[in-house]
Amino acid sequence: MTQSSQTTAFDSQETSLDVVTLRARFPILAKRIRGNPFVYFDNAATTQKPQSVIDALNRYYTDQNANIHRGIHYLSEQATEIYEEARRRAARFINAPSERQVIFVRGTTEGINLIAQTFGRQKVNSGDEILISTLEHHSNIVPWQLLAEERGASIKVIPIDDRGVLDFDAYVKMLNDRTRIVALSHVSNAIGTVVPIAEMCKEAHRKGIPVVVDGAQSAPHMKVDMQALDCDFFVFSGHKMFGPTGIGIVYGKDKWLCDMPPYEGGGGMIQSVTFEKTTFLDYPGRFEAGTPNIAGAIVLATAMDFIESVGLDNIAAYENGLLDYATEIFSQIDGLRIIGTAPDKAAVLSFILNDVHPHDISTFLDQDGIAIRAGHHCAQPLMKRFGVTGTARASFSIYNTKEEIDLVAESLQKIVNFFKR
Amino acid sequence: MNELFDLYQEIILDHNRRPRNFRPLEDHTCSADGYNPICGDSIKVFVKLEGENIEDISFQGEGCAISKASASLMTVDLKGKTLAEAQEEFKSFLAMLSEDEDFEVDFLEFGDLASLSGVRRFPARIKCATLAWHALEAALQGNEQTTTE
Ligand SMILES: Cc1ncc(COP(=O)(O)O)c(C=O)c1O
Repeated sequence: MTQSSQTTAFDSQETSLDVVTLRARFPILAKRIRGNPFVYFDNAATTQKPQSVIDALNRYYTDQNANIHRGIHYLSEQATEIYEEARRRAARFINAPSERQVIFVRGTTEGINLIAQTFGRQKVNSGDEILISTLEHHSNIVPWQLLAEERGASIKVIPIDDRGVLDFDAYVKMLNDRTRIVALSHVSNAIGTVVPIAEMCKEAHRKGIPVVVDGAQSAPHMKVDMQALDCDFFVFSGHKMFGPTGIGIVYGKDKWLCDMPPYEGGGGMIQSVTFEKTTFLDYPGRFEAGTPNIAGAIVLATAMDFIESVGLDNIAAYENGLLDYATEIFSQIDGLRIIGTAPDKAAVLSFILNDVHPHDISTFLDQDGIAIRAGHHCAQPLMKRFGVTGTARASFSIYNTKEEIDLVAESLQKIVNFFKR
Repeated sequence: MNELFDLYQEIILDHNRRPRNFRPLEDHTCSADGYNPICGDSIKVFVKLEGENIEDISFQGEGCAISKASASLMTVDLKGKTLAEAQEEFKSFLAMLSEDEDFEVDFLEFGDLASLSGVRRFPARIKCATLAWHALEAALQGNEQTTTE
């Protein structure tokens, strides 16, 4: 992107992102919780759904439902076509060279397990190393541990500094001739750090090491471009980007996908089956055994339409504005400490309050109709790095407002006062 | 706010701020870690038995106001009781927490433990209130660990 087009996108965002109109497209936001307006700050867990997504789900089951890739009848052919159109849509969304590189899975967790159990098993042997970072979500730790255990390999962990920034120099030094796979989250779900994936891929590729990216928290918030990032695999979940649960995507480079063994066996992934020998479909079909989440894939495409109609540059700029504002306002609260102060963060604000446990914070906020997340955010090693068992986490999306941040700050102040008594 | 005041009663805030028997017990006869995998909190309970008698009891660990206060109240309540009495106490404590909101808690029966009855309105927090008790149960059964799941 050139400098001038970037400036234009930014200039237009103040006017082009009309939050009032946008909010009206999310029916759930009109809810009242315990008599209060509903403030939803748990977007890193899952986002709410716009009417267009809800309608698309309804339309599929009302009007389009049939199984795909098998029936020679009208609806089945139609369903197959819109399912495959969704794959093309997703490929455009992440700028993948070809739609064949898009595999539909249940979500990030299944996606990483798929990669570990197919690609990982091919690459990793006894004495090898898998390199991950301190920032990882459990779903980018455990599948690699299972693989390492099976193979007699070991997990190495890239350290972070006190702000939550990855130690790049340490990373480069840790890449060695035993390193078989690097697996990194793009954005930390627990503290919001944005990881410089393109640069990290460059370093790994210098040594011929493939990089798997957990994009669960980046895909909803910024443009993710497979060709610009140049990662070998990229995984994300539909439900964190305004789509339904139970659908996600694995993107992989052709040179790996063409050689990978199947993940699960069953219908839909075979060329021919005899009791003696089965031959498998080429990718992506090879990795989609059984009836997939057809509705989920189709509706995910609708969610991608929604995101692009708002514009990812607008989304990133607006959410960064919210994050800066919340950081400033929350910092003024007595005894509040922000966990994770990386210069480059996305839409996540984690904090602790003096002597008040995150669960107690969450219970108090809930009484005021405010939803945040409290706990370890499935990132226990990261919590340990910061010397806490958990944090309270506010995570933002495009329908959140500065007024909501003010409301939460007010509630937090009440909590401070209450526990000071 | 009323429900919150019900949940975080003065006694609970006090036990959260100044937990009683909050220390390891050097000469304990048994102990166990209670762990809540949902939040990562853990509370370790130490017991010193003399025959059938709970001679001393203490706890340590990390937890929210509810789990800490509950652990503290438990140790105060059980010190000096017999094992059989402790079992009874746990049973009726669990029963109190599973009653619906309108149930009148008998303050004479429960003493300070009754201050935890507000938890009934917060189903997500019941596990916080029972964590220490489950750890105690595990310790008495000779297990070193238990989880709320
Ligand atoms: C960074 C990150 N990775 C992985 C996951 C797992 O995603 P899912 O639960 O959709 O499989 C999440 C969300 O929970 C996440 O935030």
